Amino acid sequence: MILATTPMPIETAATDRFTLAGRDYSSRLLVGTGKYKDMAETARAIEASGAEIVTVAVRRTNLGQTPGEPNILDILPPERYTILPNTAGCYDVETAVRTCRLARELLDGHNLVKLEVLGDEKTLFPDVIATLKAAEELVKDGFQVMVYTNDDPIVARQLEEIGCIAVMPLAAPIGSGLGIRNPLNIRTIVENAHVPILVDAGVGTASDAAVAMELGCDGVLMNTAIAAARDPILMASAMRKGIEAGREAYLAGRMVPKRFASASSPIEGLFFQH
Amino acid sequence: MQIILNGAVTEVADALTMAELIAQLRLADRRLAVEVNAELVPRSRFSEHRLAPQDQVEIIHAVGGG
Repeated sequence: MILATTPMPIETAATDRFTLAGRDYSSRLLVGTGKYKDMAETARAIEASGAEIVTVAVRRTNLGQTPGEPNILDILPPERYTILPNTAGCYDVETAVRTCRLARELLDGHNLVKLEVLGDEKTLFPDVIATLKAAEELVKDGFQVMVYTNDDPIVARQLEEIGCIAVMPLAAPIGSGLGIRNPLNIRTIVENAHVPILVDAGVGTASDAAVAMELGCDGVLMNTAIAAARDPILMASAMRKGIEAGREAYLAGRMVPKRFASASSPIEGLFFQH
Repeated sequence: MQIILNGAVTEVADALTMAELIAQLRLADRRLAVEVNAELVPRSRFSEHRLAPQDQVEIIHAVGGG
């Protein structure tokens, strides 16, 4: 899909930085750590993606587990990665808020969280009313909230007004790999926003990531698109390049599309009669 | 006394502290967080927090996820 009028971005590639919660990042790709074959593959995929912000989930400790069993945090040194705990699996305000408080304690007071309050198991679409309520409670409690939401510009604006530090509309259902179903809404959300907008969920392949960035998103968060690829490590690398290519294309400002041809070689100086 | 530990009815000593429970479970050096009856119990209060019968204890950790 071609959208002719790209707003002129102020940044240039040289000065381009992604700032979140007062911290600068060079990567605009955020990755999840679920669905990998094992911990080693997870680590290699994160490495290949170049991501600096990495999501984790919060679950019951397996009390029967063998001591010394590796934990996801062991492969994510805090000096290198910003850990972003999520509230995946929460279907109401209370469990989402409890999960965030546990995560903050687990991560020694680190208050950055990814809020998602889900509406139903089939679509994993957000319950936006519960999401708004949970966001309000978490912001009051001192959390820095990055929030998963629908591709609805009005809800996105309300989440920003509540004080969320980033709004993360879905591209398509979580884990679906369908790509960006509603690019016009994503663009509208980006144009309205004063906080970073990240596409979260639904990306399937590198071109989807590039499209999100060309629409002006500040970043993309993904998990399944990498983990469920035949070769996750190679796809992680492809996604890194897709994000970079899309961002550069956005900064470069695309040409205005035309309906008919426009020759690239000069018309003048032809040595034969046309 | 009985508590409900990560969803399972579990027999523990009366007036057990959270620190003692964590030690008995051999989780003392693990990165975890705990709530009792849906309220967070900070690590700094593990040694003074005493469990009561039927307490619902959740011990959580980080796992891979998106």
